[in-house]
Amino acid sequence: MSLKEKKINDFVVRFANVNGTGSASANYLFCKAIFRMGIPVTPKNIFPSNIQGLPTWYEVRVSEKGYLGRREGIDLMVAVNPQSFAADVASVRSGGYFLYDNSKKLHAEYVREDIHYIGMPLMEMCNEAFTDPRQRQLFKNIIYVGALSALLNIDFSVYESLLHEQFKGKEKLIEPNIKALQMGVDYVQKNFKYPLEFYVEKRDLIGDNIMIDGNSACGLGAIYAGATVAAWYPITPSTSVVEAFMDYADEYRTDKVTGKRNVAIIQAEDELAAIGMVIGANWNGARAFTATSGPGLSLMNEFLGLAYFAEIPTVLIDVQRSGPSTGMPTRTQQSDVLEAAYASHGDTKHVLLFPSTPKECFEMTSDAFDLAEQLQTPVILMTDLDLGMNDHVSKPFEWDVNKEYKRGKVLSAKQLEKMEKFGRYLDTDGDGITYRTYPGTHPSKGSFFTRGTSRDEYAVYTESSDAYKRNMDRLIRKWETTKEYVNAPDLYQTKNQSKIGLLFFGTSQFSSEEAMDIMKTQNILVDAIRIKAFPFNRDVEDFINEHDQIFVIEQNRDAQLKSLLMIELGVNADKLFSVLNYDGMPITADHITSQITSQLSLPKN
Amino acid sequence: MTYIRPKFRHPELPKNKLGYTINYYEGALSTLCAGCGHDSISAGIVQAAYEMNIQPHKLAKLSGIGCSSKTPAYFLSNSHGFNSVHGRMPSVATGANMANRDLIYFGVSGDGDSASIGMGQFVHVVRRNLNMVYIVMNNGCYGLTKGQDSATADRGSKNKSGNTNLFQAIDLASLAIELGATFVAQSFSGDKTQLVPLIKAAMNHPGFAFINVISPCVTFNNNVGSTKSYDFVREHIEATSTMDFVPEMSEIKTNYEQGTNKMVKLHDGTFLELHKLSEDWDPLNRLSAMNAVHNARVKNEILTGLLFLDPDSEDLHAMIETSHIPLNTLTEKELCPGPDILKAINADLR
Repeated sequence: MSLKEKKINDFVVRFANVNGTGSASANYLFCKAIFRMGIPVTPKNIFPSNIQGLPTWYEVRVSEKGYLGRREGIDLMVAVNPQSFAADVASVRSGGYFLYDNSKKLHAEYVREDIHYIGMPLMEMCNEAFTDPRQRQLFKNIIYVGALSALLNIDFSVYESLLHEQFKGKEKLIEPNIKALQMGVDYVQKNFKYPLEFYVEKRDLIGDNIMIDGNSACGLGAIYAGATVAAWYPITPSTSVVEAFMDYADEYRTDKVTGKRNVAIIQAEDELAAIGMVIGANWNGARAFTATSGPGLSLMNEFLGLAYFAEIPTVLIDVQRSGPSTGMPTRTQQSDVLEAAYASHGDTKHVLLFPSTPKECFEMTSDAFDLAEQLQTPVILMTDLDLGMNDHVSKPFEWDVNKEYKRGKVLSAKQLEKMEKFGRYLDTDGDGITYRTYPGTHPSKGSFFTRGTSRDEYAVYTESSDAYKRNMDRLIRKWETTKEYVNAPDLYQTKNQSKIGLLFFGTSQFSSEEAMDIMKTQNILVDAIRIKAFPFNRDVEDFINEHDQIFVIEQNRDAQLKSLLMIELGVNADKLFSVLNYDGMPITADHITSQITSQLSLPKN
Repeated sequence: MTYIRPKFRHPELPKNKLGYTINYYEGALSTLCAGCGHDSISAGIVQAAYEMNIQPHKLAKLSGIGCSSKTPAYFLSNSHGFNSVHGRMPSVATGANMANRDLIYFGVSGDGDSASIGMGQFVHVVRRNLNMVYIVMNNGCYGLTKGQDSATADRGSKNKSGNTNLFQAIDLASLAIELGATFVAQSFSGDKTQLVPLIKAAMNHPGFAFINVISPCVTFNNNVGSTKSYDFVREHIEATSTMDFVPEMSEIKTNYEQGTNKMVKLHDGTFLELHKLSEDWDPLNRLSAMNAVHNARVKNEILTGLLFLDPDSEDLHAMIETSHIPLNTLTEKELCPGPDILKAINADLR
């Protein structure tokens, strides 16, 4: 593609900053402005596990076609952090632009012949215009955001209205921000040719979509689903799930007069305690949840086994990050799939849900509570850092006014009164799901002993092999029932048109869809399915049976979902081909396309 | 195995205010070793609940893992029970309590369960002042795995195999006082007269009520040289006081010498009547309580009775300002903000 060719609404800008310098809100302003101009946009925050002083990046992809996955190849690098200059210069695509602070001369080693340089004396400009040292630091960011308005044709009035919204109640901050933005615009207009050959043009492609991160959506989902107890231990990248829940609880669960709250949020001493509290609360009839990431999930294994075996509803939101061990705590991955599916010792299986968008985070969090209570078992929402912590363009949240919580098989005092004898683990309906009672329901009927040890149908401890086996077999009957309850997959075609199928889940959705479009241009036609839950239901099995070659796209090294398909559905390994990404960065369409096309050319045997 | 206790009882057993006889408060037949201290504590719990006119279904009993943690099966069979995982009962109790503040939470743990694997959870449940009774049946050894030393075994104490414990003991009672517990007591499974009123007062306490009960393991730690044997404990016991829990302030009987009695008014107008035996000890003063425990330890004595009480205790619900209505009774109506608010939330995200 010729560089002189104009590219409208199709480029990637990356900001290279030092963390703790206020760059996040400036960069967000840039991203939100493009969203407000009606153009699909995807920001990715690539940040260190650190509070101040280390390199951090913010990457914004603008895509008229609505591709919301990440894309390699940076068109414009805004480099404000000399620490990372070497890598930043190297990552600009040939013919791209490198905007930097030329208050100090750029070192010769950072000069590439094949890219353009836009030098702006950001520091000098700031020092001249502002006296307060903190303002000097903050407005450096705002000046380059202003410069981008000219370079990329961003409507200045959109910036202004965003600032007015942001500083509602702190109006005196608006004026200096606008001044800094204008300084950036003026400098570009005076010194450079603008706009660049790639820029934005107003569109109406956003419609009624919203922009929010997945963690906030999960927090809101828990509020709507009626969660009253949350117990958690801080861990990146899940912390903001509970923080969002707290914020929404302040707003929607707090009596404005008395200050009394319809919610109990406990910061636990560790993840063991967090999940223990969730189990205790659910046992006692409240909807309770926790949010964690891989290391926390490892610690929660023991309790998950108890919840599975004692059949206590449990909702866990796992915002996955790069493992193993502490791994890369601020990078994304889908690498907890197997651990979550079979968490804890002994024979266990857990229900997993895989959201792809904030809207699904909201809905599936709510689904998780219904499923956990209906099935009386843990349900783990498998989101990831990319979905959880980055803003996403999403369909708006919806809630049916008539929606009722599905509380499952819980006996009331009246029902107990009519019963001869209550058996907690008696499968009277034949679906493997038995009836439970909350403590305190009836004076003399319905009490039982909850335990992680073997017991009979009446919850009485037993070491009888028969009783133990009957119970384990009933749990498998319940697992079969579960397949009818969990979210069905999304099929991309009503009728199959290819022998090749793509299978993906979670945040691989956007890049997978884009890859399908790319392959279409190469005359490679494929069918596709997006999995939303484990256990796999019939549709998943059918899709696999109906295709000769299935590409399983996932963001981990060991092809964990592929393993799960083989274990649970007995799929022949020969027909499953892996497309893997595990460098901690969100998967890209180019990556998917190249892995598929290279394996397509392999002779099949 | 759990055996069902025969239902037959003497027809003229006295009834409490609710019309229940004491056997209504019993559980399944214990499968612990004959003579186990834990069974005496279970009997104390049964008696306290009966005398306190507790509705058994309004009480939830929780435990971890170990011999002590089996005992909730042996009392209050009309209560829901939860035998959780090793050392993690406090967290389960915390969640349960958050869900429904109207039940009595009765936790039973052991020295392994609380002082080793569950030390973290024990410490934090104290910090949070969760409204519950927390009894540790403390025998200084791991009974269920055949007698290994536990973290509360005294240094120099000999176990059944003749090995001397080399390590310092963790003193749970003084630890609880140090951590800010609002009710701390210590007792002996062989002293039901002292234990029953302590359990009653603990059930009435609005906050974390901790009772460390020395409960000899007859099978693995009742030998000569052990400091948790019946003989040793009986010889070294020293009580802070004798006490009565006075549910209604009608009449105070004082059969003791003037000046040694102390009436402690509790949050709800009930009283604890303490007949002090120990001079330099004020149960309402944390420092004094710590000193008393420490001095007793120096003298190689086991101080029992109420050690410390904060009558102004504020439990976790009060601290985090949860609604007075149990959270588990709330429905969509109270909990779900509904579609109109969601529309406004969506609008803010554009």
